[in-house]
Amino acid sequence: VLEQFLQEGRVSALMWEVCQQQAQAGSPELQEALLTKLVCLPDHVSNALQGKNPPVFFPQNYFPLLGDAVIQVLQKISDSLRDGMDCSISFVSHVLGKVCIQGRQKEILSVLVPRLTDLTKSDCIWQRICWRLVECVPDRWMEAVVLGFVQRAPGADVLSRLLGNLVVKNKKAQFVVTQKVLLLQYGHTTAVLQNILGYLSLDSLRRALLIKVLQELLETWGSSSAVKHSPPEQQQYISKAILICLSHLKEPEIESCRQELLTSMMEGVKCHLDSNLPQIRHLGMIVAESVSSKINTDGPVLKFEVKLIMKFMSGVEGLEEIKALNQMIHYTNPFVHIAGEEKTICTPWTNSCLYFFCSDDDLIPYDMSEDKELKTKAPVYIRDCIEVLTGSEDVDKWEATVKALESLIRKNPAASREVSVELAKVLLHLEEKTCIEGFVELRQRAQVAVLTTDPVPVAKYLTSQFYSLNYSLRQRVDILDVLVLAAQELSYPKSHGKTKHSSAPKPCIQIIPESDSPKDWRRVVDERIKSKTRRFATSQPQVELASSPNAFSSVAGHFFFPLIQHFDRPLTTFDLLGEDHFVLGRLVHTLAVLMYLAVNTVAVAAMGKALLEFVWALRFHTDSYVRQGLLSCISSILLSVPVERLLEDMTEELLETQSWLGDVMEKDPDGECRRLALQTLLLMENLKKKL
Amino acid sequence: MALPPPDPQFVLRGTGAAVHTLHFSCVGQEPDVPILFSGSENGFIHVWNLKTHRVDMGLDGHGRKSVYYVETMGGKDGLLSQGRDQRICLWDLAEGRTSVTDSVFTENVGFCRCSLLKVAQGRWLMAMAAKALEEVQVLELPSKTSVCTLKPEVGAKLGMPMCLKLWQVDCGSQPLLLAGYEDGSVVLWNLSTQKALSQLVCHQEPVMSLDFDSEKAKGISGSSEKVLSIWSLNEQQNLQVYKIHKLVNPGISDVTIRPDKKILATAGWDHRIRIFGWKKMKPLAVLDYHTATVHCVSFSDHKNPRERLLAAGSKDHRISIWSIYTQT
Repeated sequence: VLEQFLQEGRVSALMWEVCQQQAQAGSPELQEALLTKLVCLPDHVSNALQGKNPPVFFPQNYFPLLGDAVIQVLQKISDSLRDGMDCSISFVSHVLGKVCIQGRQKEILSVLVPRLTDLTKSDCIWQRICWRLVECVPDRWMEAVVLGFVQRAPGADVLSRLLGNLVVKNKKAQFVVTQKVLLLQYGHTTAVLQNILGYLSLDSLRRALLIKVLQELLETWGSSSAVKHSPPEQQQYISKAILICLSHLKEPEIESCRQELLTSMMEGVKCHLDSNLPQIRHLGMIVAESVSSKINTDGPVLKFEVKLIMKFMSGVEGLEEIKALNQMIHYTNPFVHIAGEEKTICTPWTNSCLYFFCSDDDLIPYDMSEDKELKTKAPVYIRDCIEVLTGSEDVDKWEATVKALESLIRKNPAASREVSVELAKVLLHLEEKTCIEGFVELRQRAQVAVLTTDPVPVAKYLTSQFYSLNYSLRQRVDILDVLVLAAQELSYPKSHGKTKHSSAPKPCIQIIPESDSPKDWRRVVDERIKSKTRRFATSQPQVELASSPNAFSSVAGHFFFPLIQHFDRPLTTFDLLGEDHFVLGRLVHTLAVLMYLAVNTVAVAAMGKALLEFVWALRFHTDSYVRQGLLSCISSILLSVPVERLLEDMTEELLETQSWLGDVMEKDPDGECRRLALQTLLLMENLKKKL
Repeated sequence: MALPPPDPQFVLRGTGAAVHTLHFSCVGQEPDVPILFSGSENGFIHVWNLKTHRVDMGLDGHGRKSVYYVETMGGKDGLLSQGRDQRICLWDLAEGRTSVTDSVFTENVGFCRCSLLKVAQGRWLMAMAAKALEEVQVLELPSKTSVCTLKPEVGAKLGMPMCLKLWQVDCGSQPLLLAGYEDGSVVLWNLSTQKALSQLVCHQEPVMSLDFDSEKAKGISGSSEKVLSIWSLNEQQNLQVYKIHKLVNPGISDVTIRPDKKILATAGWDHRIRIFGWKKMKPLAVLDYHTATVHCVSFSDHKNPRERLLAAGSKDHRISIWSIYTQT
């Protein structure tokens, strides 16, 4: 019976009835029930019949049928409107909405959209009916309907005819079109994008939305977190949307928002170029180029050499679209124009087919761009190095020399000692001629090498230069750094060869080989002792570094005292107590380190006393970095100088220092100073306790 | 877009010393394996099996003095080697033997590689630098009888002969000798008249190596300077300079033309092997693998063109084997 009902087109009659009734305010429950029944008919029937379902009730057949019915109803409505009668279209809208939300957009709209397209082509009454149709769809179903229309419409103009100014009138539709489809989803095809954006551009009321959309898109495109965290497909989607928007913009609109476009583009291009993925970079470059060419029609334009445009373009389906995009993307790069027509991608292997020619002329050469002149080698002698560094114009040689210098100095200590002061002078004044990586470090290491190879004369030279005229701050600080590094190197025990982790000694008797040399006596004695002692427990022998004489002890004084000497004598270009307090701070810290490294040396007591006086003179300095240095000096003194010497020679100074430290700990504005003062006081207390 | 140059097909390691000379012997049928002979500075001649890439035999016949030339005589069972012990040794390698059957005491302390030419079955002519400074002596092997001695004119000041090449226009015709000398000139000698037919100054520095294409009557020589000199022989047997090719880095130790006369290879002091097309000296590739001077290059004599190889021996103790331009 139902079949018959459907087949005789009674559905449309039913709906028509309802529409007529609605105009006279029918009962909502009845409408509701009718609505549900109408839309959910296939499901109910199949539930009831369960397998013996006639084909007309299948969804794919039913809904197109419903669509046809809708068209018939609309036809009747239009006729009645022409006749001047009033009727409500909301029931039909409800039907449409409910069908769409249930997921049957495809079926129903496949019938509706083409018919409506034809009908609305020239007839404005039909257009109005159509607009009314979509406007009456309740908000909760609006998204489904709008999306359906957007996806099905064959072009932006058709969409415009079908939807009218829906986006302006209906908040939900606006949200869906301007935000959801563009920013929150990215699965739609380019055609959909073009539909939407074209639709927005076709009416003056909607153009304001277009500009807003463009700004939002650019904002999203340009935000660094979006670039980092969103998938490349989404970024490509947004880029396409931006490009399409740009193509629709007119000159006066661009004029009004030129500045914002420029700012967002610059931000965006920066984030994109930062990315590690080449496709993101390319996307950034393409969009930036097109934006910049749009907004700067007569000025300089951003131009990137994007060779992979082909891949991007081939992702854009449809030749018309490529042409349209081409028109607004003003590249001079010829690759772009080839993109749609021939998808030839040049591979290197196309060259190999040319190999099969027999004559010599067709032998394909390989890439020989790496064939360059051999690099010049670094000089092997120190004196040659000095020559190159001071005089040579040959930059390759200069570079090679700088790189090889440290190892040369260390390998030839005797030769280095002969020219040590000269070399130190050259290095102190060495400026960067070419751009070498790590030039500063290379120079410093070479200076340290010279200083450790020949400490006394070079230290004398460097410390004297520290207080000389006409050196830059950098050079003076360099001197201090080099002195510290060299002191460190000199004072640490060198490890002789590899440290062996020997296993437990074997209990067998070792045969001592015949040897005449007297040096072996120690070994012989050791072995005899080892073989005769009974070991009760053998633990893993601890690796001890071989001890060697402290190379720093003989030169510590040379490093230290000259630095302290002239600190209060201002020169015209260098005033430690005046404006060069940065260097003073570094000097103080250097003295602290030198003091610390001088532990166990002979001069340490004298150094300690001199340093205490120095600290006393400067204790009220205004710069907190200097004060911190002074405090660390005191800690170094306490750590390095043996306690007996401290108490014997420096008792009054120590007491004065203690009271000063107490002051600093309570009243100093700098937190670090207070902490250091506290530590130093504790150190003092510990030392006193030890006695 | 040019391809980057190929990598070596494989690298032979294990000579333990700088490699001065290489020679392929790959014409044998199955079950003969293709073989590469290499002479090193430690006096050993290694026989490399090119299937397993390992040394099959090591020949010690020059008293640990550097071997600077090897060549096969009559297949891979006969070998000639020249060393700095002033001897040229003839080896019998058939059936796994490694014995020196004969030797020639050259009394020459130079580095000039001798040149062999097969004139008849079992008979060879060998040109070598002789005891006297500027002379070249030609012997017949295996009889070791002297055929002639080529002395330049008094006052010619050619210096020592640096490299030699015996050739003949076709089998049975007069053998001729091309010799490159210390003063940079190349001289064409007629062996029967023992007279110099033509002399051409090709370089300002000693001629380090030369090779000659008898079909096209064109030859090439390399020196310690930055040029390769290509010269030709006209109908009157006169040498004339055909072209000069400038190189990026100076110093060529060896130059060899491939047997099919399509390409040639040069071994450079700048650690690189350069390949050129022979017809027009078109630079084709620069093979950069070695880390020290390349001393020698040699092409293989495979019957199947696709299997042809190029070998290069270097001071870094390695022999690199390349497969390049094998499709022509």
